This record gives sequence, C-alpha cells and structure tokens, in this order.
Amino acid sequence: MSVHPVSAVSDLEEIYDLLVVGAGPAGLSAATAAAECGLSVLLCDDNGSPGGQIYRGITEASAATKSRLGKDYAAGEGIVTRFLASSASYAARASVWSIAPHEPETGEASGLEAGVSLAGAARLIRARRAILATGALERPFPIPGWTLPGVMTAGSAQIAMKTAGLVPSGRTVIAGTGPLLYLLASQLIGAGASVIAVIDTTPNGNKRRALAHAIDFVRSAYGLKGARLLAQVHRHVRVIRNVTALEAAGNGGLSEVVVTHRGGTERLPTDLLLLHQGIVPNLNLSLASGCASGWNERQATFTPTVDEWCQTSMPDIGIAGDAGGIIGAEGSALHGTLAGLAAAWRLGRLSERERDERAAPVRAILRSALRGRPFIDELFRPSDDFRIPANPETIVCRCEEVTAGAIRATMPLGVRGPNQMKAYLRCGMGPCQGRLCGLTVTEIIAQERGVAPGEVGYYNVRTPIKPVTLKELAALPQSDSAIKAVAGIVEKPVSANHPQSHV
Amino acid sequence: MTDRDVLVVGGGLLGASIAWGLARLGLRVVVLDEGDTAFRAARANFGLVWVQGKGLGKLEYSNWTQASAALWPSLSDELKRETGIDPGFSQPGGFSIRLTELELQRGVDAMNTLQGQPNIARYPYEILNHRETKARLPAIGPTVAGSIYSPLDGHANPLRLYRAFHAALHKMGAAYLPDHRVERISHQDGAFTVEGPWGTMSAGRIVLAAGIGNTRLAPMVGLNVPLVPSRGQIIVTEKTMPFLHHPVGNIRQVDEGGVIIGESKEATMDHHRPRTPVTAVLADRAMRMFPIIGELNVVRIWAAFRIITPDGFPIYEQSRTCRGAFAVACHSGVTLAANHAFTIAGHIAQGEIPASLSTFSSERFDVSAAA
Amino acid sequence: MFRRLPDRQGDLVTFTFDGTPLTALMGDTVAAALLAAGVTRFRTTPVSGAERGPYCMMGVCFECLVSINGRGNRQACLTTVEEGMQVETQHGAATYSTEISA
Ligand SMILES: Cc1cc2nc3c(=O)[nH]c(=O)nc-3n(C[C@H](O)[C@H](O)[C@H](O)COP(=O)(O)OP(=O)(O)OC[C@H]3O[C@@H](n4cnc5c(N)ncnc54)[C@H](O)[C@@H]3O)c2cc1C
Ligand SMILES: Cc1cc2nc3c(=O)[nH]c(=O)nc-3n(C[C@H](O)[C@H](O)[C@H](O)COP(=O)(O)OP(=O)(O)OC[C@H]3O[C@@H](n4cnc5c(N)ncnc54)[C@H](O)[C@@H]3O)c2cc1C
Ligand code: FES
Repeated sequence: MSVHPVSAVSDLEEIYDLLVVGAGPAGLSAATAAAECGLSVLLCDDNGSPGGQIYRGITEASAATKSRLGKDYAAGEGIVTRFLASSASYAARASVWSIAPHEPETGEASGLEAGVSLAGAARLIRARRAILATGALERPFPIPGWTLPGVMTAGSAQIAMKTAGLVPSGRTVIAGTGPLLYLLASQLIGAGASVIAVIDTTPNGNKRRALAHAIDFVRSAYGLKGARLLAQVHRHVRVIRNVTALEAAGNGGLSEVVVTHRGGTERLPTDLLLLHQGIVPNLNLSLASGCASGWNERQATFTPTVDEWCQTSMPDIGIAGDAGGIIGAEGSALHGTLAGLAAAWRLGRLSERERDERAAPVRAILRSALRGRPFIDELFRPSDDFRIPANPETIVCRCEEVTAGAIRATMPLGVRGPNQMKAYLRCGMGPCQGRLCGLTVTEIIAQERGVAPGEVGYYNVRTPIKPVTLKELAALPQSDSAIKAVAGIVEKPVSANHPQSHV
Repeated sequence: MTDRDVLVVGGGLLGASIAWGLARLGLRVVVLDEGDTAFRAARANFGLVWVQGKGLGKLEYSNWTQASAALWPSLSDELKRETGIDPGFSQPGGFSIRLTELELQRGVDAMNTLQGQPNIARYPYEILNHRETKARLPAIGPTVAGSIYSPLDGHANPLRLYRAFHAALHKMGAAYLPDHRVERISHQDGAFTVEGPWGTMSAGRIVLAAGIGNTRLAPMVGLNVPLVPSRGQIIVTEKTMPFLHHPVGNIRQVDEGGVIIGESKEATMDHHRPRTPVTAVLADRAMRMFPIIGELNVVRIWAAFRIITPDGFPIYEQSRTCRGAFAVACHSGVTLAANHAFTIAGHIAQGEIPASLSTFSSERFDVSAAA
Repeated sequence: MFRRLPDRQGDLVTFTFDGTPLTALMGDTVAAALLAAGVTRFRTTPVSGAERGPYCMMGVCFECLVSINGRGNRQACLTTVEEGMQVETQHGAATYSTEISA
C-alpha cells in the first residue's frame, strides 16, 4: 500500500473518516496510526513535502544536508517512510482554512466541515473527525527594530538552509534563548555561517527554578545533547550573557545590534540578526474551530485544553504534537500515534482494550521523552523584558504597526482584553491574524491590569486562518436559502445554475 | 443622593453616543458594560451612514435618518476636535448596485413607493443604467445591470467612531465600567438600582442601551424592547489600492485600504460561525460587482446579530411606570449616531422624549394596541 | 547576506526582480531566491511606508509580500520560483494589474 497523493481539490473525496492537518511528526504519526486501523484518512499540509518543521525537506535532502543537520533530523525518514506506505490520502501544498461542525441545510448534522485550498482553488470537505497537528511558531520577540529588513528568526535561517541550502554570509548575530537556540546556532556554524556573536538572553533567575527538575533532565536525552551543543557553540563564537536590553538599529534595514549586558552597552555592526526565544503552539486553527484553551504559566503561552487521548473541548476534534503545548519532535510523534489510535477508537475501529494495549508502549516512551521538559521550560522561559516590551516605541503588532506605548495608552478607556484593544487600535487585524502579536498584547494588558494573562484572554480568532482569495470563496457551493439571505430573491434556483459539487 | 445622575446600561455604539451626549450637557454619567468577549454590534458593523431606501412604511424614519446624516459633519468635527481621533466620515454619495434587471426594477419600485409617501422629506436620487454606473464607478463588472445613487449617503470608520466616543467620554470624566454586566434593575423611591455579581449602584435616571440585552432588562423598569433574530455576515479582505471611492450598499473600501463585504440577513441567532453557502454568495456577488477584488485574500469573516425590532424601525421610549427610565434600540447605530449623541441625549437630559418621536415608542408593538 | 552551500546544486531558473534578471535553483521559494541574490527589502508597508523583508520563512508573518506576475500580496516564502516569473517590490497595499480582473 502507499499513500494516495491529492494534487487538486477535485481529487478530494466528499467525506473522510479523519482529517489530519499538518505533516510534521505529530500529523504523520496520527495519520499513519489511524490509516493502519482502517480509517479513511486525509492529511493536508501547506508545504510541498512531508516533515513539518523539524523534518522539513527530508524527502529531498542530500546526504550532505542530512549530515549537516544531524542524527535527529535524519530520524525523520522513518516516520515519513511509514506514512508514505500507509493507505492515507496526502494533499501537499493544501492549507486548511476552517474547520467547523458540519451544518447541512436539511437532514441531520454530524461530524465536521473543513475548508481546504490547493492550487488556487478552495473546496469544502467533510470529515467525521479531525486531528489538528499544526505544530508551533517561534514566539514573538518584540524588541526595538525587530521589523527591520535583516532581522529574521533563527528558525527562518534553518528553513532557508533545509530547503534551499542557504547559509548566512555577512556578519550574523544570533540572539535569544530556548533549547533550539543552541541547536540552530551549532547547525549554522557547522555549515560555515559567519556568526560573530551569540547573545544569550536566558534570565539568570531561571536556573534556580529549573534546578528543581534537574535530575529528570540529566536522565533525559536532552541533557546530553544540550551540553554537547553548548560546548560546540562556545568553542567557535563569542557568547554574550547577562543581557538586559537588546535592540536592532538601522535606517530602512539592519546595520547594528545594540546590546546591554553586565559589562555595559555594545554596538555590534551586523548584517543579519537572527532572533529566537522558544516556540509556542500554533493556535489559530484550534481557536477558530472553537477549541477551549487556557494559560500555561510555565510555557508562558495559551495551550489548548486536551485530555490524555488528545481530545479537545470540541467533540470531534483532537490535537496532537506541539499544537497542543510544546513537547518537542520525539514527543510530538508519539503523541500523534496516541491521537490516531484515539480517533480509531472513537470511530469504532478499535475497542477500548485494543486501544489501551496499543497505546501502552507508546505512553511509556512518551513519558521518558517528556522527562526533561519541565526543566527546559523553566530554564528557557524568556524574561518579561523580552516578552512584554517596556519601551513605548517598540512595535507589537507588525501588520498594523501598533506600538507598546499605544496599547498602554489605550488602557484607560476601560480595556479589559485583547478584543476591545483590537477594536480600538486594529492590533491583530492584519494578515498574520495576531500570530505575531497575540501573546504580547495579552501580556501587556495583564501587566497593566495586574492580573494573570489567563484572566485577560486571547483574540477571538476568525476564519479563514490561512489565505484564501475571494475568488476561491465565490466558487464554493451556494444554496437557494443563502441566495435569498443575501439578494432577497432567488432568480434562478441553484440546482439549475450552480453545480453543487466540483466534479 | 449620589454623585451620579444617569446610569447607562451598555457601552456599545448607542450607549457610548448617548452617554457622551449626556456628559456634554453636564450630566454625571456612569456606563456599565460587559467584558472583552461580549457581543457588541459596535465592533461588528459595516460603517454606512445610509439614507437611501430607508423609511418604507414609516416616513418619520426616513426624515429621522436624513436628519442624522445632516448632523453627522458636526458630530465628526466635534469628536475629532475633542479626541484627535478621526471617525473617518465622508459623504460622497452612495450606490446600490443591482446585478440584474429584476433587482434594479425592485429597487426602483421601492424608491418610488418610499418617496411617494405623503409628508416625506424628498431627497434626490438617480437611477443609473450600466453605462451610467460605469462612468462613475469604473471598476464595475460587465454584468452589472445598473444602480441607484443618492448624494446623501456616506460612510464612517465604525471602529474609530466607537473609540472616539469612548475617548470623548473618558475626557469628559464619565465613568466607564467594563465587566459590570447588569443582571437586575429595581426602582424604589425615585431611584434605580442596578445589580450584578460586581455589586450594586444607583441613580435617579437610567438608560437601557444594552443592544440585544435590552429585551431582558426592559420589563424590569416597565419598558418593552421586542427584537427579532437577524444574523449578518461580513467578509473583510486584505488592504489593496484605492479603487472604490463611494460606499456601495454591500461593499465598501475602508480608509485603511481593506474591502468589506456584507448584505446577508438570516432570521436566526443560533451561532456566530460564518455559514459557507452565505460566504460563497456574498463573495460571488461582490466579485460580479467588482471583478478586481477576486484576487484579494480574505482576512476574516464573521457573523453578528442585528439589534432589530419586528418592523425594523428604532425604539426610543420612556417608562410610564418608572419615571426616569429610558430604552433605546435600533439597527442603524452608525447612521443615527449624530441623532443619538445630540438629539436623543438632549431629550433624556430634559427627562422627556417628545411627542414628535412617539412614533418610535414600542407601544406600537403592544398586542392590545394592535387589536 | 546569505550564500548557497556548494553542495547544493540543481537546474537553474531565471526570473526578474523589479526588471533585473536573476537566477535561482529549481525548487527555491521566491523568498529564498531573493535572499540568495542579496535582496532583503521586499516591500513597504501600507500603514507607514516602512521597509520590510522576510521574517519567518514559514508563511506566518506576511512580511515577505511581493507582487508576482502582476498580482500583489503574494507570500514569497510559500511561492516556488518559476521560469520567467516577474517579481516586484510591493509598495504599500497590494495592486493588481487590470487584465487580471477578467
Ligand atoms: C521554525 C522552527 C524550526 C524548528 N526546528 C527544530 C529542529 O531543528 N529540531 C527540533 O527538535 N525541533 C525543531 N522545532 C520544533 C518543532 O516544532 C517540533 O519539535 C516538531 O516539529 C513538532 O512537530 P509537530 O508535528 O507538532 O508540528 P510541525 O512539525 O510544526 O508540523 C506542523 C505542520 O503543519 C502545517 N500546518 C500548520 N497549519 C496548517 C494549516 N492550517 N493547513 C495546512 N498545514 C498546516 C505546517 O506547515 C507544518 O508543516 C522547530 C520549530 C520551528 C517553529
Ligand atoms: C452585520 C451588521 C452590520 C451593520 N451595519 C451597519 C451600518 O452599515 N450602518 C449602521 O448605521 N449600522 C449598522 N449596524 C448596526 C449597528 O452596529 C448597531 O445599530 C449598533 O451597534 C447598535 O448599538 P447598540 O449599542 O445598541 O448595541 P451594541 O453595539 O451591541 O452594544 C450593546 C452593549 O451592551 C452591552 N450589554 C448587553 N447586555 C448588558 C447587560 N446586561 N449589562 C451591561 N451591559 C450589557 C454589550 O456588552 C454591548 O457592549 C450593523 C449591525 C450589524 C450586526
Ligand atoms: S517570511 Fe513570514 S510569511 Fe513569508
């Protein structure tokens, strides 16, 4: 058996047992597990090839790329191969822009309806269930000048390397914190990038809190890997620590990085600044589909509420991998398998006993894979200074160019949360739909109000959560009652005029 | 008794405009509102200041709407002066684009009936065929049948208008209390006491401007605000180059550059999720009107509930049993914002809605009155 | 700002940026091809006219918007370069050449 590739929306079936969104380790594993239990599965991912963030480009990677990116990267081959051998349907370059309960105009409602765009055309499909495995994003890093050309995320440089073999060539500074920071730095240095400094913004106070989890960490795989990476980076470049302020400066483009640390303020002439302060769940699809979420203090982000079987507050929707809270690549793959088994159980393909039997070994490995997490979360929790900008000039919402100062100045109008702020200032209304400002806006409001971010809440996220053109929407099926609702009259009934399906 | 004269329940467009109008007249106002995620049509509307076609079956509504459109320039100027926030008002004349001959004919018939009503303040409008429409709106598509144009129509930036009202209120020193949902209202010894999980508060006068929440609150003070379910869906695109310099009944290019589309009416309030067949019809019709927008990415789609009475006309009403209690509800809160801020606030400050506005009392819905 | 690793080889594709011919490797995204050619400024913003370039390279930030073959607001980091593609800096809000409107 091998996957059934879908390259146009017209190749899609009307209905699937399971829709999986995202072809990272979580989505691939979920789709594989569910397909192996006999479910009809559609996996949609907006990239050209499977792998997600960590295994991006793995199916096309040369031996040189694999050796440059290391063993963890190459490990993705197994996951991808098993998926490609499954009976699932796979739509590459397909983005899922909405998921909602299916609502037929007549007859009984059941399952979900999803909006999918592929090759310039949109289509609505149905699925009895869905698993959102949409992964993570790099956390916003709002410092003065972070919008200048020449300032990018560290992850973006990794993507350029994985997919196009590009490495930074000018004077490059990597700044931030997080378990991936040193990985990305060592990958780039290993590939010959001209990194002149690594600016480590990890707050000193974190070490004490993290120590409480140190035993688990040392026993986990992360411990060893982390120590090795650190040593490697230290051997090759200057590492600046005890950082209290960071700024990107330049006129129309980056020219220098201004860093304040214990020794004073330094100006480093720089061509490329790569920022990274950890990753946070990619929430837009789960929020837009109505899945409940809550504030996760240790990861300093909102995370969807999921139970041990990856079930969200929406009856037919599960979440797997980093999309449900950061658990790393290995954890995401295992979590995906659990989500796939749970879907097969809920759809009656596995008994509860079969599900538990198959899940038991997966859970055991997952437990040990997650052992080092609390330590990592505590150690690399970015400081308030870099999450909640104090400088009023700092841009918070990049799309609408709303500054931290404007947000604070609007608080006296009685703003309690990000939705009223959005109505007043347009923050979060641009094309990124709040992905790069949502957490910051919530945390500024929480700080101003003196309450926890969970009490402040997050933006109401609207569909479509991925770009879809008006033209694509206009070609979706219409109905007489919809025409009546808009035009007041139906001049030509739909049945005669608008074909209901795309085939 | 207290240091406040009026409680305004609801801080949406009506509550904010009336509260500001009252504060302007020197009254000490407290606005009680719900929280961040409450339903607020003030954050969900289309932003038209629209005259044409309104008032069929009630000519006073046409006259009332025209009066507000005429007052809008002063409202806009005053808000701008007071707050530095520009509510984005302009009145370049608006078009109702008709895609088919039948749609155009229906529009023409409606305008004829409307303007044929005795005592209506007639206003100018033009019926334009495809060629004439194209001459004024060059971006229209080849299948557009024609349009109806009226020079009185305009639009505003509804979110900046809403912020300007709140900023002006704040500047006047009025208290705005979010997270103060009113659960109960009582009336004793000439004072109104509102109550919620947050506590209680009293004043001698109360204005109910709680949008769809009014229906539940009104009977507590001898008022009646019947509303019917009406769901409207709106599509917003990314910013694009300016191509549309007039408001169209169902499409507008906002001053920030995005295009906003919406004209659906569904008799339901079941949920806030967009319905895809309605999205498809909205998008399809908008593209037939202006083909160029087909390439634009859609940034968000939402559905909102209108605050609409059974006959579609506003309610301005004072309580007979609890003197000092008022209720206001209407669908076109942007269009009528100037009337609310100036005229209605003035009447409430005087303590009496005059007989000239009695046509907007909700007594018209009383079963006994109809019988 | 970026250079191509020597072991990265493949067929070449020719495209233009603001009229200047450039080459890319088959399979590159428009954003990667421009970065490889030394271009870091992709657009100016509709709000203030500030210059911007790609930030995330994974489709979430919408900073890499360019005009491609007359269509504005294309995400360069998600679009694969094609032979003969005409890429242009996007100035402010998206523009569309009128032929497309048909
Ligand atoms: C830029 C970046 C680089 C990283 N690099 C590493 C690394 O080198 N090593 C490491 O251990 N960890 C890395 N991580 C962490 C990594 O996210 C996880 O450990 C792991 O990839 C999570 O797997 P996942 O399956 O949950 O999600 P992901 O691997 O992120 O996969 C999610 C997939 O879903 C797709 N997607 C999202 N939304 C939609 C939608 N609406 N429609 C269609 N497709 C959609 C995404 O494009 C993506 O392909 C990185 C994270 C980021 C953000
Ligand atoms: C889709 C759509 C398009 C529209 N387009 C236009 C247009 O183009 N032009 C135009 O003129 N008008 C338009 N409108 C109408 C306009 O938005 C409304 O008339 C106006 O917002 C109504 O204002 P409101 O204050 O009554 O209601 P809202 O704005 O909804 O405000 C009501 C307020 O009361 C609060 N509240 C509710 N219950 C309580 C309680 N118990 N205690 C305390 N507070 C409470 C709510 O939280 C809210 O803040 C449109 C409306 C919709 C839905
Ligand atoms: S660089 Fe972020 S969307 Fe393209």
